[in-house]
Amino acid sequence: MTVHLKQDEPDTSNRLDGMKQGVIGQPISRVEGLAKVTGTAPYAAEYPIEGCVEGVLATATITRGEILKIDKDSVLGMPGVIAVIDDPRLTTRAAQGTANEAPQQSPRTVCYWGQPIALVVAETFEQARDAAKHLAVEYRPHDGAPLSPDAVEPEEQEDETVRQGDLVHAMSEAAHSVDVTFTTKGHASAAMEPHAAIAQWDGDQLTVHASLQMLNYNISELADAIDLPEEKVRLVSRFVGGGFGSKLGVSEETVAAAIAAMQLERPVRVVMSRQQVFQCIMRRSETTQRLRLAADQKGRLTGFGHEALVSNLPGETFAEPVLQSSHFLYAAQNRKLMLEVARIHRMTAGSVRAPGEAVGMPALEGAMDVLAERAGIDPVELRLRNIPKENPEEGLPFSSHKLAECLREGAEAFGWDSGPRKPRQKRKGEWWVGTGMASAARVHNVGEAKARVTLKPDGTALVETDMTDIGTGTYTILAQIAGEMLGLDPENVLVDLGDTRHPRGPGSGGSWGASSSGSAVYVACKALREELADRVGVTETKLDLADGKVAGGHSLAQVLAGEPLAREGHYEPGAIADDFTAAGFGAFFAQVRVNHFTGESRVDRMLGAFGFGRVLNRKTARSQCLGGITWSIGAALTEALEFDPRDGHLVNCDLAEYHVPVHRDVPDLEVIMVEERDPAASPIQAKGIGELGMCGGAAAIGNAIYNACGARLFDYPMTPDRVLACMPD
Amino acid sequence: MRPFQYERARTLGDAARLVAGADAMAIAGGSNLLDLMKLQVETPGELVDINRAGFAEIEDADDGGLRIGALATNTATAVHPRVRSDYPVLARAILAGATQQLRNKATTGGNLCQRTRCFYFMNIDQPCNKREPGSGCGAIDGVAKLHAVLGTSDECIATYPGDMAVALSALDATVQIASVDGAERSVPVRDFHCLPGDTPWRENVLEDGEVITAVTLPAPVAGVQLYRKVRERSSYAFALVSIAAIVEMRDGVIARADLSFGGLAHKPWHDLRISDLLEGAAPSAQLYDAAADLLLEDARGYGENDFKIPLARRTLHAVLAQAVEDAA
Ligand SMILES: Cc1cc2nc3c(=O)[nH]c(=O)nc-3n(C[C@H](O)[C@H](O)[C@H](O)COP(=O)(O)OP(=O)(O)OC[C@H]3O[C@@H](n4cnc5c(N)ncnc54)[C@H](O)[C@@H]3O)c2cc1C
Ligand code: SF4
Repeated sequence: MTVHLKQDEPDTSNRLDGMKQGVIGQPISRVEGLAKVTGTAPYAAEYPIEGCVEGVLATATITRGEILKIDKDSVLGMPGVIAVIDDPRLTTRAAQGTANEAPQQSPRTVCYWGQPIALVVAETFEQARDAAKHLAVEYRPHDGAPLSPDAVEPEEQEDETVRQGDLVHAMSEAAHSVDVTFTTKGHASAAMEPHAAIAQWDGDQLTVHASLQMLNYNISELADAIDLPEEKVRLVSRFVGGGFGSKLGVSEETVAAAIAAMQLERPVRVVMSRQQVFQCIMRRSETTQRLRLAADQKGRLTGFGHEALVSNLPGETFAEPVLQSSHFLYAAQNRKLMLEVARIHRMTAGSVRAPGEAVGMPALEGAMDVLAERAGIDPVELRLRNIPKENPEEGLPFSSHKLAECLREGAEAFGWDSGPRKPRQKRKGEWWVGTGMASAARVHNVGEAKARVTLKPDGTALVETDMTDIGTGTYTILAQIAGEMLGLDPENVLVDLGDTRHPRGPGSGGSWGASSSGSAVYVACKALREELADRVGVTETKLDLADGKVAGGHSLAQVLAGEPLAREGHYEPGAIADDFTAAGFGAFFAQVRVNHFTGESRVDRMLGAFGFGRVLNRKTARSQCLGGITWSIGAALTEALEFDPRDGHLVNCDLAEYHVPVHRDVPDLEVIMVEERDPAASPIQAKGIGELGMCGGAAAIGNAIYNACGARLFDYPMTPDRVLACMPD
Repeated sequence: MRPFQYERARTLGDAARLVAGADAMAIAGGSNLLDLMKLQVETPGELVDINRAGFAEIEDADDGGLRIGALATNTATAVHPRVRSDYPVLARAILAGATQQLRNKATTGGNLCQRTRCFYFMNIDQPCNKREPGSGCGAIDGVAKLHAVLGTSDECIATYPGDMAVALSALDATVQIASVDGAERSVPVRDFHCLPGDTPWRENVLEDGEVITAVTLPAPVAGVQLYRKVRERSSYAFALVSIAAIVEMRDGVIARADLSFGGLAHKPWHDLRISDLLEGAAPSAQLYDAAADLLLEDARGYGENDFKIPLARRTLHAVLAQAVEDAA
């Protein structure tokens, strides 16, 4: 039996607070943690499947052009080689998140250097890899493909454009103004587990173990790509070794494995090499962002301009949504926002860790720091003065809004000095020491989701959904929600995820997993409670369930009368999505030291204070924040995709040369979670968490670099060469 | 990865004989060679495992120095009591490199012979004179941030990426080499690596059939020993610029200054003129500038790596100031 909740109204009942089990919010360790650290949790490529052969993708060595010939004979005689698959259904890009249909196919047309063009299958991985490198391919290259965003006339993304009032006039009348241009370099998701899939075909049904974030969409993308009805496909992703956006859409290895398994009638495993993951999976676009801020004497914004240039391949719909939170973070009557896309031939740009705000917020908050300095106002105070009462563009109310609390509580806990600020006030040996801060903001997403919860007479429950746990703690929080609602110790709730045979949901991405699938579990549990209440003759709101017992003396087993009881919960965000602006907010504070001689910058300590609705598990939520802040450190100081200027290929394509922060770059981080219930975000009052920790943090670090040493940089990441170039004597 | 034969050498003689095969390569820790084999940059038909060939010892030498076997791991060397007390610059340089896991596998010989990290060298679908003579240099006019500013040629601008050898160069250590015919020879570390010139594929003076058996350190000298590595993240990154320094002060003047530089050239860079200039002089910012002038006299940037020239100057200032302060 399915129970459908379409949320049209805010839910202020806060039912999870009134339950008796008391496990919601508890810092329970991840239930699958032990399996993961002992190597018994199988990742996509790790299923021992008899007779499995190995496929390796062959990739293009030109930037743009046609493939005239793939000479299969060049490798078919090599040891162990079974086949070269150059099927026209092979995909050449990853699908964008929630695409729901096959991505670009036409493998005979090359659009970027490193694009997959064929699959070589052999008995062993090394044989396939060797052969893939030896595959002779004849190309007809097209010269002159644009490779750099400034080489082409960009296209305006019209639905992003906002023109309100007269920004130019506001700038000219302003008591204080800022007009600066920031740049950010491209980023890679850099998940630990490479993209991998094992496909099995029994002549009728296709089963694929893959590393994916959003099975509900992925199954349609795969089915569409290989022209198979969806009912004949099953996708399994029980454990995912990090996704960070790179596994939102189905990608080349999964489609290739499926086609090969069906053609060869043998199970086929395809694992991308680290270099391939970097070179053919989504990049975050580099950005160029002009920020214009006009303010009155008191620092109140009168004009706000944010114009961004990003890039993508021709034909891609995704444009890094740089302005996402700029639309509502600060009030200002005169506004100009514009997003443009340059069509260039680097690999596909798509969602990478907090698409949009991850790079938009560092630019905006860097500009706010310049304004604070010009206006002589404390940076925290400047932000407090500009918090809007409602969405300044659409006039919508905020669902809930904790920016002010985060700024105040964060400043207090960090020991923020609100006195006058000047750079170069503190030096320890070779190191200048300074502090900086920034606001955090990230839109809240939630999607339609289903989950089945079965209550069993032995006092356990089973939760089933195709939701994935990409390392975030989904297994644990779903057990906590069900445990809280049904009065069970979470240890007695078995959560079964990552299988398209289960009820479907939106998966993991855009930080929407917990509130979407959590709401579906909530709806199912509430329906179970209603049935139980009926059976014992009380109203549902009066039904007390705890420790496997029904208050009033009945045991669960008695009430269930020996029969399991199942309900499917179906949650759907309704009108609520159009009635409110929902977002997570926060504040970052950082102390950074900068070496006067070498320009090296290191974070000494950093604090993030966040308001993201109900916290379902303080430990997994905090871990999400720690991860987000760590990304902030990477975005501020080290992470940068480097492309060859002549053929556009990505040069730094491994974890030795693409610099994510290492342990030593990440000091003790402090996380404050501000108490909040967001009634319009979801029926469990929770908002997205994971990405917020990256949305602005880089600016706190950049602003601290300026405060430390007097080098004002407008280009992220702030590597030693760039810091030195701006370092005063 | 090209299929290969695997042979295990049990003695030094074995090792030299097997490595002499035209298609053979020695594998020690494998932390560099295996990566390059997976990328198809190195394609040996025969892999000679020398790990059990018996030269992993670290022993006192008769002249008061230290002999570090070619198969001693970087970790074993860095934690050796005599290295820590008498050659701290070596311990510091090793510990500034790679990660603990890599250092546990990396060996003295392998570390000296590690290949450049030039992106174009590591990608067989790009031109590279070092990997494929005559194909052109991808890095010149390409992404060359990590590349050399000293001793480059029109053929190649790669750097030697390692840290350990920079310290060994400052310490004036010697590489001990054995060859297939039983002959042994010694080459100062300072002469072991080559400049690219018009033979960029040649990175060091080893000939076919030669294996490194040990590195010997001279008797310890007085003075402070520093290793400074400038890098983008605080661990697990190759040097933008590094400096190994041994500085002794006497009566307010610099009595000894042995300096070697990493990240600047195709080899650890050592310029005797810098020692001559510094030794006998009283420390001052002007003096450090004069030292930097000598070091960078012929420096040439290739756009993206221009910053290394001022960075080397500033880092030299910092290192000399710190050494003088510590030595006082
Ligand atoms: C991600 C990463 C980061 C790194 N970071 C750093 C760093 O910051 N600083 C740094 O200095 N290094 C760094 N390294 C390099 C590391 O130090 C080297 O890989 C290691 O020292 C090589 O030693 P090995 O024993 O594993 O050599 P192998 O890989 O076994 O061999 C390397 C080469 O040496 C040859 N060889 C080995 N032993 C002998 C011998 N006795 N005689 C003759 N030839 C021999 C081999 O034939 C091969 O050509 C890094 C490596 C990686 C993978
Ligand atoms: S710098 Fe040297 S190693 Fe790099 S591409 Fe040029 S020739 Fe090859």
